[in-house]
Amino acid sequence: MSRVALGLGASLRATLRRELQLAISSPGKIVNPLMFFVIASSLFPLSGRLDIDVLGSIAPGIIWVTALLAVMLSMESLFRSDYDDGSLEQLLLSPQPLYFHVLIKVLGHWLVTGLPLVVVAPLLGLLLNLPAQGYVPLLIGLVLGTPTLSLIAAIGTALTVALARSGVLLAVLVLPLSIPVLVFGAGVVDTALNGLPVAGVIALLAALLVLALSFAPLAIVAALRINVQ
Amino acid sequence: MWQWFYKLGSPRHFYEMTTGFVPWLARATFLLLAIGLVWGLGFAPPDYQMGDNYRIIYIHVPTASGAIWIYAMMAVMAAMHMIWNIKVADMVAKSCALIGASFCAVALVTGAFWGKPTWGTYWIWDAKLTATLILFFVYVGVMALRSAFDSETAASKAASVLTLVGVVNLPIIYYAAYWWNTLHQRSSELGVRDASANPPEIWIPAVFSGFGLIGLIFVIIILHTRNEILLRERRAQWVQELVQQETGNA
Repeated sequence: MSRVALGLGASLRATLRRELQLAISSPGKIVNPLMFFVIASSLFPLSGRLDIDVLGSIAPGIIWVTALLAVMLSMESLFRSDYDDGSLEQLLLSPQPLYFHVLIKVLGHWLVTGLPLVVVAPLLGLLLNLPAQGYVPLLIGLVLGTPTLSLIAAIGTALTVALARSGVLLAVLVLPLSIPVLVFGAGVVDTALNGLPVAGVIALLAALLVLALSFAPLAIVAALRINVQ
Repeated sequence: MWQWFYKLGSPRHFYEMTTGFVPWLARATFLLLAIGLVWGLGFAPPDYQMGDNYRIIYIHVPTASGAIWIYAMMAVMAAMHMIWNIKVADMVAKSCALIGASFCAVALVTGAFWGKPTWGTYWIWDAKLTATLILFFVYVGVMALRSAFDSETAASKAASVLTLVGVVNLPIIYYAAYWWNTLHQRSSELGVRDASANPPEIWIPAVFSGFGLIGLIFVIIILHTRNEILLRERRAQWVQELVQQETGNA
């Protein structure tokens, strides 16, 4: 048997390609979080006779909360099937640095679950009567914020991967930790709607992303090592 | 010094060292709390604006700040558990989660009772209140994660990782909450620096109740950890001998 030595770059590309192919082969993985996002957001106007202006003013909050929930729910499958079929064990045994593997896995997952949310968000803005000057800040905020949410949720997923039913527990773990992203993400839109400069809040969101990119993989790797023995 | 430190890391030595110590700590705590609370609630002069209502500070302030420091202690214990695999550290961390969540709850409830007559509402989405509520959620998350595992080892490691993630996240949450909204007054530092703000009859009982509650934290943590040690080491010979000795004497 000959061993093929893979470079780090090649193996990361392979991991990313695998993630994307898995997602394309089961479209539900892409569509379901998206449908959840749309349905959950449209529940708010139905839950009371809201003044159309009031609706517009709480639209950023509604979109951000439902995006947060959609990201979190979609994350449950991140390590699940890999854990069940043993490929997670192989990943942990591989000679490549796990840090980058985990990072690329979350990135791949974000491309198929987080990015579609960003694309659909303007449509929800329309449904929820978001004022015109709110769209660009909403999109910038979501592009910077949803990867952070994915990384935070991935920590929770990695911690609970060995547990049979982790749905509600995952929410209890992840939601409190996601609050800063929610505050600053919805804050970007709010600031813009009040006619104030948004650069500072966007910079804070970007800082959170950098922080999550650097530290979350460490926590994810530690959590996976606990659960896979 | 290091010898002592290593010994404290062994469950058996922790148990034996605290056996003689804890009753004295408990007595001191009781004394401090009794003086602080009786003096503060019964004899300290009423505030000229808030009347008797301010007396909540004798419980509210120590529990609220205690809840934060307990998290710091839990995080140090979690790190020690992750790095050196010290079992006692994890048992202490487990106790910290319980008492930290309780302190958060007490701080929130007493704050609500104070807020109604003073601010006119039980609850407001102010930065300090929100941050304390979120701290409570994080404590609950750590406890929920720990209880979800069957294996003791996996549970303790997972709880440690989550605790350490919280350490990075909590300052950001606090900052986010402050950026978002602020109403809560800043600490008046008990008037220690500015004597005209608070007379000594008001702040001295607060010092007593403050140290009393710190004592209470340690008494509860030590007692809880001792229980945990007996539970986890129940198959060890020294625990079985201890049990025989206790039941034999009774």
